[in-house]
Amino acid sequence: MVWRILVGLVIAAAVLFGGFYAWAWRSEIPPEQTHDASSFDPAIVAKGAQLAALGSCAVCHTKAGGKPYAGGYPVATPFGTIYGTNITPDRETGIGTWSAVAFQRAMREGVTRNGQHLYPAFPYDHFTYATDSDINALYAFIMTREPARQKNRRADLIFPLNIRLFAAAWKLMFLHRGPYQADATRHDDRARGAYLTAGLGHCGACHTPRNSFGAEKRAQAFDGGVGEGWRAPALNENSSAPVPWTEKALFNYLRHGFDTDHGYAVGPMGPVARNLAKASDSDVHAIAAYVASLSGARNGAAQPAKIEAAAEAARKLTPSAYGVTPANQTTGSAAASDSVGAKIFTGACATCHHSGGGLPVSRPIDLGLSTPLNSDDPANVLHIILFGIHPPAGQAGRIMPGFQGALTEAQIVALADYLRAHFTRRPQWKDVAGALAKIRRERQAATETPQ
Amino acid sequence: MTVLTVNGKEHRVNGDPNTPLLYVLRNELKLNGAKFGCGLGQCGACTVLVDHEPVFSCVLPVSVLEGRQITTVEGLGTPEKPGALQRAFMEEQAAQCGYCIAGMIMRAQGLLDHKPSPTDAEIRAHMEPNLCRCGTHMRILRAIRRAVSEMKTARTEPVR
Repeated sequence: MVWRILVGLVIAAAVLFGGFYAWAWRSEIPPEQTHDASSFDPAIVAKGAQLAALGSCAVCHTKAGGKPYAGGYPVATPFGTIYGTNITPDRETGIGTWSAVAFQRAMREGVTRNGQHLYPAFPYDHFTYATDSDINALYAFIMTREPARQKNRRADLIFPLNIRLFAAAWKLMFLHRGPYQADATRHDDRARGAYLTAGLGHCGACHTPRNSFGAEKRAQAFDGGVGEGWRAPALNENSSAPVPWTEKALFNYLRHGFDTDHGYAVGPMGPVARNLAKASDSDVHAIAAYVASLSGARNGAAQPAKIEAAAEAARKLTPSAYGVTPANQTTGSAAASDSVGAKIFTGACATCHHSGGGLPVSRPIDLGLSTPLNSDDPANVLHIILFGIHPPAGQAGRIMPGFQGALTEAQIVALADYLRAHFTRRPQWKDVAGALAKIRRERQAATETPQ
Repeated sequence: MTVLTVNGKEHRVNGDPNTPLLYVLRNELKLNGAKFGCGLGQCGACTVLVDHEPVFSCVLPVSVLEGRQITTVEGLGTPEKPGALQRAFMEEQAAQCGYCIAGMIMRAQGLLDHKPSPTDAEIRAHMEPNLCRCGTHMRILRAIRRAVSEMKTARTEPVR
């Protein structure tokens, strides 16, 4: 009897697996013979270039110092490290043999030309929503890039996820295939913005929390998530920004990487803003309009006068912390508090983050306006204190020096606690030391990853 | 009062503990190698080492430095007996106006303390924070490479 049940179970399992395997199986799409780059309409290529910028494709498909789109960028996930692939039209190591149909299937279903399942680090759960014409424009752009010979690097994932069939199982559970269902109640800019945000922009990839399988929790869309060890702030009414986001502020931030009420786009958002500078003006406006509407409840109440009042209140926190420091007095002797953190702030930070006078470089925003300081998670503040803010190598941009070698761990914790207490009205962070240790560990692991 | 350990020697310094290290080095200890450039941690002329890590001494209050090892360019050698990097910078004539050089040498020393044989890409990435207005970057890079190779030769030479 037991024997029979066992056989039955084994058969049932085999049948189930067979069914799954048949479902998961994808055929190879024959290689395209040759691509004539000049056959693509330049107008379509230009549109593709703007969409590639909007989707920040180059970020994950280009390694530091590497050729554009030739891959190799390490994407650290809780399941291991995945490397962006070569998507230049090189026929051996890139996607030069991919037809438009194969490219569409990859974008919509996460399947390579030869039928292999891709891991969802490639955000096909978003790209599945892109329209045919947008995907074809991207295809035209990619196929007209300089081919670069660079072999793809194997994903370094924990067992059993290193078996690609698991990506198919993931899709069975979590991939909601397109096409995009437009919200009929939205129109104009917001409708376009909603489509771009959900699709090629894949904003939710960082700004929506993920479940233990690494899939976005759709019920908590835009509640804030994690990207490369940084906290990706909530884009909805749970935003920790002291001044509510408006469409105009979002446009400034996304297009120029800076807004006077919110500061600079840094961390993983830095490259996104630098890419959006190359996207189409109207598309960035559309995303700004849509994202501003996500915090509607907050914004609805926030008329311009109220926004100004919120900004004013946040700015007042700066001088109240340690008094107005005259511009020529860089030693900052007017500490309001005797705590270790206050002393560090006065000696190390107040030179730039003081409240009066001018600076030879443009001023940082008042710390009372800082979203990272107002966040429930100290990660971004710690990232910035440790490693500072730097433009990409060889480019112009804002610099804040990092203090990782200069301050001890205890001093960094004291400084973070001081900043939180003096520049926000939020409760003290719980485990700054733990968060600091985690960031150091991740940084250590990243620097030990051979390129 | 704050006790600072600079180039292996202890110094008692009085005054506001919020004072940046650079002012104490130059005005009290008369160690004038590190320079005031921008005062904002943007240019690197003030770079010194704290526990072998390069730091901007213009934005670091002395209050945080008790019990830590501070090294300035004066700690690497003397005019009669210059250190490996100092000698290499002279041999390559890497200084033009010279204002940035003490900071450059100290930042480079911070790299070589951890990594005696860096690649060229590692040298360039590491030196990125320090600015030179004269444009002697190529000579500075050459000097660092020279110091690396001379230190390597010194390490592998048989003991006589």
